[in-house]
Amino acid sequence: MTKRAKPEPVQVVKERRDAALKAIVHGVPYIQFLGIEFERRGDELTAVLPFDDKLIGNPMLPAIHGGVTAAFLEVAAIIELSWSLIWEEMESGRLDPKTLDPDHLPRLPKTIDFTVDYLRTGLPRDAYARARVNRSGRRYASVHVEAWQDNRSRLFAQGTGHFLMPDRSDG
Amino acid sequence: MESRKTAAARQFIEAIPHSRALGMVLDSLEDGVAVISMPYDARFVGDPQTGVIHGGAVSALMDTCGGAAVMSHPTGVIGTATIDLRIDYMRPAKPGDRITARAECYHVTRSVAFVRATAHDADMSLPVATATGAFTLERAPTPKREGSA
Repeated sequence: MTKRAKPEPVQVVKERRDAALKAIVHGVPYIQFLGIEFERRGDELTAVLPFDDKLIGNPMLPAIHGGVTAAFLEVAAIIELSWSLIWEEMESGRLDPKTLDPDHLPRLPKTIDFTVDYLRTGLPRDAYARARVNRSGRRYASVHVEAWQDNRSRLFAQGTGHFLMPDRSDG
Repeated sequence: MESRKTAAARQFIEAIPHSRALGMVLDSLEDGVAVISMPYDARFVGDPQTGVIHGGAVSALMDTCGGAAVMSHPTGVIGTATIDLRIDYMRPAKPGDRITARAECYHVTRSVAFVRATAHDADMSLPVATATGAFTLERAPTPKREGSA
């Protein structure tokens, strides 16, 4: 009978994953400027944009600025893609999240293009987004992202972006 | 000296909370063409290793500039909202440089405006990004003429 490796304690697994996610997200000043946070269930991420007055684009309605919506979707897409890239390395133990300080973050993918569809007015309340990596090649990736507010099925915006993969020859 | 219309538009755009937060300034606005710029700010950085501004901040600038171009179209536009916006990133903006966007509303139908835009840093030879977008278009109701249905 082969001896199976003892599973890691759940707390160790959670700490490793949360530390890695926090390092990527908190390392980017613009994500902090907009106040975007990420919630994690296993490898599934949800980007959360808490409402703030500085996000308003139309003070009369009021509505979230279209540029904020675009930025929120792009951030959600980039983090999802980066997360999918480091997941394997992190889980296999090749990447230790403790070594991820602001000077030693994994290189982020670069946006080639990004298209946003504005489906509804962004209301003055929290917004959520989930991204899906539809294709992840050696050099290019295509990511789709959906954002909603009150109802998951009533998207207020969606987007598709193409990204240039970070150079991983040194990794 | 800028016209009264441009001064009013400047006040309007610079009063938008998010445009203020990004430090946007209306440089010019005339007949469907808008120029808006934004300073470099460490808070807007997207890549901490290079100090390059996040694409999202450039998107916000392009979107604002596109909307302003539509509003200034000489056919009595009273409101607009972005339908879609595609941005192509040509190269990273140079850290420290101001970014200037120029948007042109090059065609309007009764209810849709088509816009293209470019963004530059100090080097004018190659844009940092280009964008194309469609915007909704609301016009002031035209007074009913006698005999019209």
